[in-house]
Amino acid sequence: MDTILQGFISAFKLIIALDPELLKIIWLSIKVSGAALILAFLLGLPLGALLALKRVPLRGLILSLINTGMGLPPVVVGLFVYLLLSRSGPLGFMELLYTPGAMIIAQFILVFPIVTSLSHTAIVNVNPVIRQAAQVLGANPLQEALTVIREARYGIMTGGIAGLGRVTAEVGAVIMVGGNIAGYTRVMTTTIALETDKGNFDLAIALGVILLGLSLLINLVFRALQRLGRTGSGVVLWD
Amino acid sequence: MGLSLELSQVSKTYNGQVILQDCSWVFEPGLTHVLKGPNGTGKSTLLRVCALLEAPDKGRVNYLAGGRPLALDLELKRRITLLLPNVGVFNTSVFNNVAYGLKIRGFERREIEARVGAILEVVGLADKKRQRALELSTGQSKRLGLARAMVLEPEVLFLDEPTASIDQENSEIIERIILEMQEKKRATIIMVTHDPAQAQRLGDRLLLIKNGRLFPSKA
Repeated sequence: MDTILQGFISAFKLIIALDPELLKIIWLSIKVSGAALILAFLLGLPLGALLALKRVPLRGLILSLINTGMGLPPVVVGLFVYLLLSRSGPLGFMELLYTPGAMIIAQFILVFPIVTSLSHTAIVNVNPVIRQAAQVLGANPLQEALTVIREARYGIMTGGIAGLGRVTAEVGAVIMVGGNIAGYTRVMTTTIALETDKGNFDLAIALGVILLGLSLLINLVFRALQRLGRTGSGVVLWD
Repeated sequence: MGLSLELSQVSKTYNGQVILQDCSWVFEPGLTHVLKGPNGTGKSTLLRVCALLEAPDKGRVNYLAGGRPLALDLELKRRITLLLPNVGVFNTSVFNNVAYGLKIRGFERREIEARVGAILEVVGLADKKRQRALELSTGQSKRLGLARAMVLEPEVLFLDEPTASIDQENSEIIERIILEMQEKKRATIIMVTHDPAQAQRLGDRLLLIKNGRLFPSKA
């Protein structure tokens, strides 16, 4: 009990002192997970919208594959990305293994199915009359699709929260392809695992608290956005 | 002066069931044409075909300006509009809902503000400009839908039961707006109603749809 208490006290000291090592780890975590999420949105949102709005051949099969991907075990993803990027692998020439780039790829693979599937669900559930309304008001096909996507924005944001939650908390894949190199590929989750192994609980607890705080902050921001959308109190005259 | 619309032997079938059968008619420009008929006889389908939301299985829909036929393209679709029975209110402010059609046509911000402001005065929703549109009552939503259509100054306006399921007060407001529109803009209006008295009040031409066929009606 004393160890845990001592750990929390030391952790708060590290946080308050804005320990440079701690800040570096946090910043890298945000960069890696943020880049993976942005990439997932860039590809997953158009794919989810396409599957929701157009008659695509093999749509059922594609959706089944994407939904299966939502439950991919991180270590399996880590293993495949490792094999792809290792020197003898097909993408070994890119020399990405044990770099933040490899971690972004692994996290992207984990978050892409979540963003795509939840975007698809959100868009497909928009009342069909919205699409008709856009049509009768003179929207071209692209404007029509964007209008439906816009109506689904809060569901899509929920996909973002779920995806971000998965990648920021993930440790198996990033440790395999990132290697947990101090000052280079060490992120919050891998540091927690490493420092716990070493019996150095101060940094582990500090990072745990920050990770939880970050999750809470992300959820609060999204909830605020959703509330704004529901109440219209944002007075969005131009958007 | 609004566009004129010609239907030539238009037929439409859904799942083997004939909805419209050899419907032919000339909707003269600048007049209000009222379609009547029992439920399920094809009134809404006819409006959707006329508004180019659906293609007929057989026959032709022609729009004419000064006697010359127009291509059925986006440009034409932007000169006509349809007020859906369920308006399809966008989850944003009342202002943004009404501004939608102008924004997608690339109008300048200043002009959009002026036109939307003016139309909201006409439909009595000016005080709700910044309100979230989904919070409006059914009657107010119908007025919003009408404002969203009117702000585009369409040359042909289709109204699918514009006063259905709303209270007397809202119904009267909407009728007044339609009458004002007839007088000022001289758009071609084609509307569906179940109310015979309303058909008499608003219609220059009365039409009846029965078993998918279109007939002129006297009352």
